[in-house]
Amino acid sequence: MKLKGWKDVNPGAVCTEAGSALQFKTGSWRAAYRPRWIEENCIQCLFCWAYCPDMAVNVKDGKMTGFNYDYCKGCGICALECPGKKGNKAIVMEEEGK
Amino acid sequence: MATPLTLKELSKKDLLLTSGHRMCAGCGAPIIVKMVLLASDYPLVAANATGCLEVSTCISDYTAWKIPWIHNAFENAAATLSGVETMYRSLKKQGKIDKDIKFIAFGGDGGTYDIGLQSLSGAMERGHDMLYICYDNGAYMNTGIQRSSATPYGADTTTCPAGSVIHGKPQPRKNLTKIMAAHDIPYTAQASPSHWLDLVKKVKKALDIKGPKFMNILSPCNRGWRSKTNDAIQLSRLAVETCCWPLYEVENGVTKVTFKPKEKKPLVEFLKPQGRFKHLFAPENENMLKNFQEMVDKEWASLLKSAEGGRASGTE
Amino acid sequence: MARKSGRIAAVTGNEAVAEALRQVNPDVSSAYPITPATDIMQRFTSFVSNGKVKTEMILVESEHSAMSGCIGASAAGGRVMTATSSQGLALMWEELFIASGNRLPIVMSLVNRALSAPLNIHGDHSDGMGARDCGWIQLWSENAQEAYDNTIQAFRIAEHMDIRLPVMVCMDGFIISHSIERIEYMEDDAVSKFVGEYKQLNPLLDLGHPVSYGPLILPDYYMEYRKAHDDVMSKVPGIVLNTANDFEKISGRKYGLFEAYRLDDAEIGLVILNSAAGTSKDVIDSFREKGIKAGLLKPRLFRPFPYEEIGNALKNLKAVCVLDRADAFGGSYGPLFIDIASSLYPYKDKPLLVNKIYGLGGRDYMPSHAELVLNELVEVAKTGKVKMIKEYIAVRE
Repeated sequence: MKLKGWKDVNPGAVCTEAGSALQFKTGSWRAAYRPRWIEENCIQCLFCWAYCPDMAVNVKDGKMTGFNYDYCKGCGICALECPGKKGNKAIVMEEEGK
Repeated sequence: MATPLTLKELSKKDLLLTSGHRMCAGCGAPIIVKMVLLASDYPLVAANATGCLEVSTCISDYTAWKIPWIHNAFENAAATLSGVETMYRSLKKQGKIDKDIKFIAFGGDGGTYDIGLQSLSGAMERGHDMLYICYDNGAYMNTGIQRSSATPYGADTTTCPAGSVIHGKPQPRKNLTKIMAAHDIPYTAQASPSHWLDLVKKVKKALDIKGPKFMNILSPCNRGWRSKTNDAIQLSRLAVETCCWPLYEVENGVTKVTFKPKEKKPLVEFLKPQGRFKHLFAPENENMLKNFQEMVDKEWASLLKSAEGGRASGTE
Repeated sequence: MARKSGRIAAVTGNEAVAEALRQVNPDVSSAYPITPATDIMQRFTSFVSNGKVKTEMILVESEHSAMSGCIGASAAGGRVMTATSSQGLALMWEELFIASGNRLPIVMSLVNRALSAPLNIHGDHSDGMGARDCGWIQLWSENAQEAYDNTIQAFRIAEHMDIRLPVMVCMDGFIISHSIERIEYMEDDAVSKFVGEYKQLNPLLDLGHPVSYGPLILPDYYMEYRKAHDDVMSKVPGIVLNTANDFEKISGRKYGLFEAYRLDDAEIGLVILNSAAGTSKDVIDSFREKGIKAGLLKPRLFRPFPYEEIGNALKNLKAVCVLDRADAFGGSYGPLFIDIASSLYPYKDKPLLVNKIYGLGGRDYMPSHAELVLNELVEVAKTGKVKMIKEYIAVRE
């Protein structure tokens, strides 16, 4: 992106576009692992959504629908907190590119 | 209508802190902020002390905040928000604003326990209608894990490193929640992201009370705690279950423990997974572990005593 | 000139400033007491307590919080003012840069007082001079009338949409703040019409357009913001002059970037700020009576410093003494001297300069001191030689 010159910066450095950080994709931070959702094991508890520090768990109409890899930093909290179904996790961390 | 406090219903709300913020992977703070913002059905305006949360959520033209937000400096989130809230009252009195707005300040333990304590104390004493939230990760994490007065006893930090003579932080953590409760403000509480419903309920209750409110929320930091990126919730849960970080509230002078573990876990279960306490497990530091457990036991007993007469209930 | 009749009163400088603030009627004030500025806020809070103003007060626990509160209130979107002195200003130091960097039009009355240590509560300029590079506009005032007039004009200047910068209005502690002088007040209506309705720029309380104040700016942009600040400072003198013109129309009192007193044909001259200019003018008159072409320049707009205009006003003199009521330790010369020397730097032919440090910590500045200095300037002008550039005067050996 072309950097602005001094005549074009906002007075007082005020950010006037709420939520503009969405333009900054943090998904590239994932070092080795990414979460994978296994729908059949999902009980829709939404802990993954509640505990995700990056708001990278997609939900629709109150249901988990997958991950937003544009922002997921791969921390793995979702997988660890996932209760799964009958001992089978609905979220597992697996190697990138697998 | 108030949003029912279920994750299903809350997940239908707009997230007022967006993705694209630059907190470390697995940080506890954005989880807390998300929960706090979701708890409110009021329009919110926030102030933020300098710290991890502030530098990572608003950089150049990129702000992760969808509510009006102001960062001023390190030690003055409370004073800055006092100004915002007072202007709101002035303009409301003049008929220039009609909405009911609620005001929230966020500060880390450095900006709250230490350098910002005077500003916080002043704002609480003056009675501004605001909720101050400290996300306590137990050190100056933003500048590279230096000890703060919130750093737990024995913890290894970059300014109280575990050495051969001094074994981590010699002093116990300052009990800020108690100090704030001693201001006799209408509401003070301690919460943890692991117990999300307890946290959300407390924020909701606080926002419905007019006047100054304070909440201290444990905020795991895997960089500073020398733990894994995936254990923020697990560790904050262990902090609660070992009673190292008790969940309670003080409402109009009445103390209530909001979560009592069925079986109080030994403190070591919380300490063991964290690299900052590793040296405490060396045989020569056995007495430090003992001291630490005694401190926790004493504080827990004292809390239960002050809560006598009040009800205690689990929320899990 | 359309001179409107105002109320004549005998009041202290603090009382005059408090009256100006009552007439301006800001939305919020956040303040902490300190001698000698305390009296302004005592008087103002009595207006608040008695319903004479709409202002909401924040009675904070420190000056740091006072300015922090002003910043929050101003960003929220409304008219804001405060007052302080000396240690109070020093404690605000960090916040001064944030107020100006965020381009918030806060007005602050600075009752000039010496800085510790050693502790001293009396008038000198070390507080204001310490804050000269913080990106604020500074207006300096000789007497209660000027402090009153500058305070009213400060709001118009600060809130001007082309600049949006905080303004400090300075007057000498005790000498002016606590001395009773004759003053002409304007009518309440005239003041409120002059300052006008407060205009908003990115108000935090606008829920429909949520803004973020105070981002982290990395090396890729920090210089652009600083350059923008530097550029906006260059627009200030024009706005100060326009405001002064409008003010003259309703008050009959004329203001510029500085006051030139008998300077047009002067060969020797004094440059001096605030109250001591009054004493000096009397002595200039007595030298004129003796046929000596003496004059005086009293800066009013000290930040941004009008280098070109001041250099131009002084360049034809033979010898000039800059009197500083503060020292800039390690800078060799007093702060005002450094700026005056800079303003004359571009000229090939320029006056010889001397610098006297006077009146620190409330030490009296007497007519005899001005006489001594002017006699020295006569000698310098005659011989073309300066014996000592910088010297403390009225100090015991």
